[in-house]
Amino acid sequence: MTTEDIIRPENLVYRKPRLLNDNHMHYCPGCSHGVVHRLIAEIIEEMGIEDKTIGIAPVGCAVFAYNYVDIDWIEAAHGRAPAIATAVKRLNPSRMVFTYQGDGDLAAIGTCETIHAANRAENIAIIFINNGIYGMTGGQMAPTTLEGMKTSTTPYGRRVDLNGYPLKISDLVAQLDGTCYVTRQSVHTPAAVRKAKAAIKQAFTNSMEGRGTSLVEIVSTCNSGWKMSPAQANKWMEENMFAKYPMGDIKNTVKK
Amino acid sequence: MEEDVRLMKGNEAIAHAAIRYGADGYFGYPITPQSEILETLEAEMPWETTGMVVLQAESEIAAINMVYAGAACGKAVFTSSSSPGVSLKQEGISYIAAGELPALIVNVMRGGPGLGTIHPSQADYFQATKGGGHGDYHLIVLAPATVQEMADFVTLGFDLAFKYRTPAMILADGMVGQMMEKVVLPPARPRRTDEEIARQCPWAVTGKPATRKPNIMTTLELDSYQMERNNERYQRTYRLIEENEVRYQEYYTDDADYLIVAFGSIARICLKSIEEARKQGIRIGLIRPITLWPYPYKTITGLSKRIKGILVVEINAGQMIEDVRLAVEGRVPVYHFGRLGGIVPNPNEVLDAFKHNFPEAQ
Repeated sequence: MTTEDIIRPENLVYRKPRLLNDNHMHYCPGCSHGVVHRLIAEIIEEMGIEDKTIGIAPVGCAVFAYNYVDIDWIEAAHGRAPAIATAVKRLNPSRMVFTYQGDGDLAAIGTCETIHAANRAENIAIIFINNGIYGMTGGQMAPTTLEGMKTSTTPYGRRVDLNGYPLKISDLVAQLDGTCYVTRQSVHTPAAVRKAKAAIKQAFTNSMEGRGTSLVEIVSTCNSGWKMSPAQANKWMEENMFAKYPMGDIKNTVKK
Repeated sequence: MEEDVRLMKGNEAIAHAAIRYGADGYFGYPITPQSEILETLEAEMPWETTGMVVLQAESEIAAINMVYAGAACGKAVFTSSSSPGVSLKQEGISYIAAGELPALIVNVMRGGPGLGTIHPSQADYFQATKGGGHGDYHLIVLAPATVQEMADFVTLGFDLAFKYRTPAMILADGMVGQMMEKVVLPPARPRRTDEEIARQCPWAVTGKPATRKPNIMTTLELDSYQMERNNERYQRTYRLIEENEVRYQEYYTDDADYLIVAFGSIARICLKSIEEARKQGIRIGLIRPITLWPYPYKTITGLSKRIKGILVVEINAGQMIEDVRLAVEGRVPVYHFGRLGGIVPNPNEVLDAFKHNFPEAQ
């Protein structure tokens, strides 16, 4: 049997999605971003909505998301992605519009835009990467940093008396009448990846069908920022992050 | 809608002119003295007629980012605010300039700094003409003196913004925003179709068809050499605008011994002062810059070679006077008269100030 005999469509078990291009990703080994990017590319391809999709990239580690997924993108100022998505969707109602944001972008500087876009029931999908730290700027405290967690701006651990409490913004957003779907997922195991994929697909479908705002929080690792190996980071996330940010749907008003 | 003659406020004229221009969207946040723009648009409900989107945003910051987004989609979009709100918009305006995006921003100025007053001012001249936000960029700045120009400059502002792919600003003072005058509204034209937008703006973010590469609107460039080239491209556009788009009005300059330079509604007050002065045998001319950027330096330079002195009248502490002095290059004395805090001078005050500065003219 030669290599040519093996490379046949019927033997294919895994391939790179067509919309994930060949640019080298700048993400650290072990980071969750790459997996979520892949899922987005895969879902857009499967739904056949490449020509109807507009992505809004954040400021933070995913600032270059537009370099990896071959669709039309707008790069937002820090925190403003939901305002930008609002205008894009209202001016182009037939488009699937999603934002891709980290915890600093979405839950600190962009809290106002997040809450108000969701409260207006904008027909957009928000993909929210929560790794409890500012990765791009070198590991500073995020609004979602856990109590006691060490970062470069909480070198002795986050103290709630000084820095307040970890912000469970998805629970907050779920309270708003404008949201139709708020869920918390992860991508640290094959099973989790499959569930996260279904969640993102649901959110994208909601945007296409005009059901209101969807938010998919992906509780993620930042092993560089956390100063752990990828395997240690996954374990630490399961033991600590999941306790504060439990997995599963927070709200789903969409009839199955 | 046909051409129509109406009596209305300057702010209302902007709203009606935008609908008739075929604007695709407006995003704003209430602030005195310009809230009538948003109120008029909401009352007119253009989404029922032209399909124009109107949205009261959660803040000025959200509103300018909505404008950035709409412009990135190739749409004709605008926002309006007044001084403190325009300060909040500066980051977004810098992004729009860096993205080489066409957009219209209206500032109906009130007195500052800080929360200031709600009364008329021209104290945002520096902010509008010298940058305002971060980075090396310029806005095309149009200064209306009449309610008619409030309407006309919506069309002019959008047309220039699309011609040069750069944001334009209507820099009005609270007086021209609030006062009512007769205005001729232009006949309505339809909004551009998606096909027309794709043809006019091949860079627009619309959703990627299989036939082209992704359109990506970003202002981030970590390669300094490429960022320098981007800046050089912006500067080439600005030089082109400076060559082609300077606009101003001259009154009584043919036989003038002195000049008054004033912009916006204040220029109309100065014209009254000049007419009174001429009855008294004092020959003053008026230059009213219509574009504050690009500035009519050459015209003022030329006139400065055959006059004896210039009074710059502004309702601020002396901002445009710096551009007048650059044009005059020290040839003749240049003085300033201004009222602050939202006070508008009357024609007699302006004439008194002129006589005080140029006693030999009498």
